Amino acid sequence: MSAAADFSLWVYLSRTPLLWLTVTLVVYGLVDAASRALGRSPFANPVLHCVWIIGAVLLATGTDYGAYFEGAQFVHFLLGPATVALAVPLYETRAMVARALAPMLAALVAGSVTACVSASFIAAWLGAPHGAVASIAPKSVTAGVAMSISETLGGDPALTAVLVIATGILGAVAVTPLMNALGVRDYRARGFAVGLASHGIGAARAFQVDPVAGAFAGLAIGLNALLTPLIAPAVMAYLAR
Amino acid sequence: MIQGFSVLLACQLAGEAAVRALALPLPGPVLGMALLFVALLARDRWSLWGRPPAFLREGAVEGAGRALLANLSLLFVPAGVGVIRNADVFSQHGVALAAALVVSTLLTLLVAVGAFRLVSRMMGDA
Repeated sequence: MSAAADFSLWVYLSRTPLLWLTVTLVVYGLVDAASRALGRSPFANPVLHCVWIIGAVLLATGTDYGAYFEGAQFVHFLLGPATVALAVPLYETRAMVARALAPMLAALVAGSVTACVSASFIAAWLGAPHGAVASIAPKSVTAGVAMSISETLGGDPALTAVLVIATGILGAVAVTPLMNALGVRDYRARGFAVGLASHGIGAARAFQVDPVAGAFAGLAIGLNALLTPLIAPAVMAYLAR
Repeated sequence: MIQGFSVLLACQLAGEAAVRALALPLPGPVLGMALLFVALLARDRWSLWGRPPAFLREGAVEGAGRALLANLSLLFVPAGVGVIRNADVFSQHGVALAAALVVSTLLTLLVAVGAFRLVSRMMGDA
């Protein structure tokens, strides 16, 4: 094939959703197989490795994110139904959840306040301006809710999206070594903590480790999305004094 | 598969519609999750005095839900790639934000798991 024909084929393919949807699924398939082969090591986190590999491919091919998302949107769309699907593990562990209402409530309030207060106070103390502090305050909440909280408080939703994803990946990688070092073997507590600190990406990790941890992580995402919109404005008001 | 997936989408749709119509302060899919949970509980009641509706047949929603949740990591990849392309918003005050993010995330994990275990033990749970 001539170079010109090569180029026109590339131009054609790179403009269809097919190419980038396929790349997303194939890279995930390979990374997930590697993660499985490594015994689900926390450092073989599928989100982390898919993101940099695909990011490198986009950079190498000079593809802009808009063109990539044309294909990837079909995967992204499934986040909605997947959130609804969190009701299934919740239903299957409902007896266990009902017995753990008090510990969950305690972990929710303590964890949600800690997430919001520590992130905003540390950022403010290190000299970040109001807009950046408002952007990091809701970082542990699921992306859509976090972006709307950030916007309400005068933050930058795009920055919040970056911080939310980074928080998700960090918590998902850190939770297993941290909990093992602490000797916590209660998968209800481990799951709830990672869902609270690191939303859906944390829950994805929890589902890899243990179904009970996954169910509790899913519940923590929903509860944190209800509580943080109440906490964050108070924290920002305190900082603005 | 199609049936189970339809139920998931219908719950999300009902959730989104209710959130918009009533201006509720929560995301549509989270309300959809609550609706599906209630529907699954209602199914158990139903089966006490007759057959539950076909779309809630035992196993259909469960299968579709489990298939999605088994690959939950995949669903975050498109948004995650967007982060790399947007990373320059991070360059200003990057050190302060990165430090706050790391310390706060680890602290939140510790406090949440600590509070859970403390209250659980106070209730006499192992």
